[in-house]
Amino acid sequence: MKLMKRLMAGTVAGVLVATLFASAAHAAEPAAAPAPAAGVNTFNRLMKPKSDRNPAQANDGIHDPTCEGTGLLQLPKEAFKDMPEASSGNYVDWVQALNKQLIKPRYDRKNPNEEPVVLDLDIVREVKGTMPDVVYPHDRHTMWLDCSNCHPDIFIPEKGKNQISMAMILMGQKCGVCHGKVAFPVAECRKCHSKKKDGSGGGKPAAQAEPAKSEPAKKPTK
Amino acid sequence: MGKSHIHKPKRNFILWLMALLMLASGVEIVPQAQAEYGDVVINNQSDKAGMRPPIFPHWFHRIRFRCKVCHADLGFKFQAGGNQINMLKIIDGEFCGACHNGEIAWSVENCDVCHSGKPGTPTQVHGSTVQKLIGKPAPAAGQK
Repeated sequence: MKLMKRLMAGTVAGVLVATLFASAAHAAEPAAAPAPAAGVNTFNRLMKPKSDRNPAQANDGIHDPTCEGTGLLQLPKEAFKDMPEASSGNYVDWVQALNKQLIKPRYDRKNPNEEPVVLDLDIVREVKGTMPDVVYPHDRHTMWLDCSNCHPDIFIPEKGKNQISMAMILMGQKCGVCHGKVAFPVAECRKCHSKKKDGSGGGKPAAQAEPAKSEPAKKPTK
Repeated sequence: MGKSHIHKPKRNFILWLMALLMLASGVEIVPQAQAEYGDVVINNQSDKAGMRPPIFPHWFHRIRFRCKVCHADLGFKFQAGGNQINMLKIIDGEFCGACHNGEIAWSVENCDVCHSGKPGTPTQVHGSTVQKLIGKPAPAAGQK
């Protein structure tokens, strides 16, 4: 009898605790994906759900949530709200955001009206294997960067003088100095490997410049 | 003797219930860092000095400035922790101090806004391909 009573009390307490735990867990993550169906064999096991993207600093794992300053920072989700989406990196298409003037980053520290010097020159690099050739567009890079950022330290400005491999890029060299750290990562193969090998040109993603030109043409934007 | 007979099933029941709950609610026992791509943690000196390491949000600055401003005009090298920045240089107007001077952007008295990293977070570019490939640097070791 005594044993039964104790067991009953234990069960009631257990259920109470369980409900509390369950409601707390649900309140903490309202946007989380639906509960996984069957343990180990969940769908998209290694894929981060969209709701996990661009978390607030307080739960991003590197900011200290107990630090007062952490709470003052702009939330990434808020900043990216109206920006065109991308499938990797910050999940923002920065070049499109700039082209559509959704952001207006300064080209000069003090002068908000200074315009960048844009170089409209595409470089085609023929690559081994079956991957489409690489078209390097100077225009989209000079919108953000200065020539001296890449030349001559990272890339010697001469045809055939630069050996580049995907291994180097993955390890943070050459294109990998930015791509894979701040600029879109190598997961987006077709953004660079964009020129069909059969010579029919094309293949370049929409809203981008025409295929390679031989003569450099310097022109300021707008 | 009798007591242990009563407690054992109860204890087992609660443990079992908690395990089930954790599974059901999808609670991650070990939280994974998933800060913004390109966030730079610089921990050359902070841990040693008893200060939280600063975190530079690339994305936030990218909305407001082109890469060229910091990486060409101000001389920031493309390497996390490779710039030998210290607070003296900053208050003298170098590196971050070129803007964070109370004129272009808020000034250095807001220590906590930059120095907001978890203590012991090593120098890194968060979410970089290199980090994914060769793993994160050891805590508090500080990458060079």
